[in-house]
Amino acid sequence: MYRSNVLVCGGTGCTSSNSEVIIEKLKSEIAAQGLSEEVGVIRTGCFGLCALGPIMIVYPEGAFYSRVTPEDISEIVSEHLVKGRIVTRLLYQETVSENGEIKSLNETNFYKKQMRISLRNCGVINPEDIEEYIALDGYAALGKALTEMTSQEVIDEMLASGLRGRGGAGFPTGRKWALAAVNEADQKYVCCNADEGDPGAFMDRSVLEGDPHSVIEAMAIAGYAIGATQGFVYIRAEYPIAVHRLQIAIDQAREYGLLGKNIFDSGFDFDLDIRLGAGAFVCGEETALMTSIEGKRGEPRYRPPYPAVKGLFGKPTVLNNVETYSNIPQIILKGADWFKSIGTEKSSGTKVFALGGKITNTGLVEVPMGTTLREVVDEIGGGVPDGHTFKAAQTGGPSGGCIPASLIDTKIDFDNLLAIGSMMGSGGLIVMDETTCMVDIAKFFLEFTVEESCGKCTPCRVGTKRMLEILEKITEGKATMRDLDRLEELCYYIKENSLCGLGQTAPNPVLSTLKYFRDEYEAHVKEKRCPAGQCKSLTTYYIMVDKCIGCTLCARNCPVDAIAGSVKKPHEIDKDKCIKCGVCMDKCKFSAVVKR
Amino acid sequence: MQKRISTLPFNDTPEQAEKLDAVIQGLKGQDGAVMPALHHAQDIYGYLPLEVQRKIANGLDVPLEEVYSVSTFYSQFSLTPKGQYHVSVCLGTACYVKGADKLIEKLIEKLGIKPEECTQDGKFSLTACRCIGACGLAPVLTVNEDVYGRLVPEDIEGILAKYAG
Repeated sequence: MYRSNVLVCGGTGCTSSNSEVIIEKLKSEIAAQGLSEEVGVIRTGCFGLCALGPIMIVYPEGAFYSRVTPEDISEIVSEHLVKGRIVTRLLYQETVSENGEIKSLNETNFYKKQMRISLRNCGVINPEDIEEYIALDGYAALGKALTEMTSQEVIDEMLASGLRGRGGAGFPTGRKWALAAVNEADQKYVCCNADEGDPGAFMDRSVLEGDPHSVIEAMAIAGYAIGATQGFVYIRAEYPIAVHRLQIAIDQAREYGLLGKNIFDSGFDFDLDIRLGAGAFVCGEETALMTSIEGKRGEPRYRPPYPAVKGLFGKPTVLNNVETYSNIPQIILKGADWFKSIGTEKSSGTKVFALGGKITNTGLVEVPMGTTLREVVDEIGGGVPDGHTFKAAQTGGPSGGCIPASLIDTKIDFDNLLAIGSMMGSGGLIVMDETTCMVDIAKFFLEFTVEESCGKCTPCRVGTKRMLEILEKITEGKATMRDLDRLEELCYYIKENSLCGLGQTAPNPVLSTLKYFRDEYEAHVKEKRCPAGQCKSLTTYYIMVDKCIGCTLCARNCPVDAIAGSVKKPHEIDKDKCIKCGVCMDKCKFSAVVKR
Repeated sequence: MQKRISTLPFNDTPEQAEKLDAVIQGLKGQDGAVMPALHHAQDIYGYLPLEVQRKIANGLDVPLEEVYSVSTFYSQFSLTPKGQYHVSVCLGTACYVKGADKLIEKLIEKLGIKPEECTQDGKFSLTACRCIGACGLAPVLTVNEDVYGRLVPEDIEGILAKYAG
């Protein structure tokens, strides 16, 4: 037993900001003080508050140190761990109350409104130690399912819980399982979609990095429910830490007899293997993912037959994503009624969002369905930084849309988001401020879809390319109003005629921005002006004569010598030479350079 | 995505060849072995020259066309060698909104190469990659295994200098 435990975040965000170095430093300092027997250092999964990384928390006090640097470590060890004096200066200031006392993390704005089911163990346990998972009721749900419930009872529980797939479309998980269960076959499969391709979404990675056993346990439960003995986790090769920890977890589960033959003496066999993706967004689509596990080009195929009938290697298959699975052990343990009581009527439970873009508290948050966008952005996310204003939130990645400020009080669930032209997607939530050009964002997503279209069906392969060309014309100021109409027409055509979800949803970023920010498109077309000042062809830099004092800083920094003027006289930008890099504007100390 | 195909001569060492043989032997007869084989081969050689793909095809007894169709489909598989230091700039949405495109412009200017290219001396290669999930640190770039976050274009020069020596 340790008297103190130091939990250091080992998620990708904090690892990128050097938490590994901090762990090493901590261990050596603790050893130097002779405290190795008294103080434990544990590398956990993601705490969620990536903006403040690297993050570290010391128990039993619950002192939350943020943006820790290797230089801070000796002070924390000698003051806090040796003398018991918390280094308040280095704490996350929101956890320090006015009288200097430490508040619990759950009282801070970031954590207060969150409810953690999927992320319950992330940042709490050491993901590389199965004992810690078991200590928090791990594998109890699998035990309960195998020894106290029939397969049908497991499926009934899932149906009653109302859990819907967290990967994007929101199909009821219980229905999926029921469909696969009734199909007789010599072999069935359980697959996990960990090919988290939506740019800006990283919840699945965090679950795998922070709590891999919950996914393994849930997949075994799914195997029991539908009668499958083999599972595959299809995971992005871009997530090396997650792959590594998942493999450790699988090995440990095998060692403990929680995977393999005759689990819990129930006669049920189940084993798992990892398959690495190789960077193809379309492989997040279920039929494409299975084709990819088969070792082929990840092209989707026509449905029906659905995977529940004919999936991986032609056998009945259940495929769910990581976040969906991570909810399941809790549902089996606490019951469907408990889960149903959380969230909204048609979307029960919680949803994890990856907050990113122009927001103060970037990171992972888990909130009950039905929480408003305003609560997520303003209260949990801490609002838009640097005095800018909220313009829109993008959800659903390249398949989703932009939600404008006027709809910020929308209660987030599957159906509400669809109704306003976006979608839940996997849960990326990117905040944009007034300096983000909505036409440019639509173009950004179309560039993505054009590159990721697998090329199998014409509407998606050719159609998205044509859409991108029109968007390029608009951002270059060469489009006419007729182009806007053609763009919209193409959107509906591609939506209706594409083979798979990638093509069917590819027009969403354009349609939603056309719907809510049409004035911005029209400004580009009619006035040849980009209101956000992002589209280079449509912006010009000027020096305001009355503000320029002639310090020559801009002229000296201009990479193309486009600025002329003598010392202490107002300068001028040569518009023909200017490459619009914006360096002059960044350098000017007198705000004399403006963009129009 | 259009793949660039290397025209450089392929150099194989006996150790590399031995490793690849072992990988192929281990995967022989398994369902869906082509992708894992390509992953391993890329770990061994750094990229996937045609010679290596042919060896995999012969070894696993699948047509070369099938191997080639897979290697050209997935963006992780590279048919060109990478530089000693591979710079990849994340172009996920969070990074894009925070100005990742300006980082790429700066890199193009400083390195004198475009994305998917390698400098003449083989030192640096550049790519714009898909979201690496470090959105909390946006905008982000990686140089081999090192991650740099919360960047502005002015940081680029200092980062490159660390590896130029």
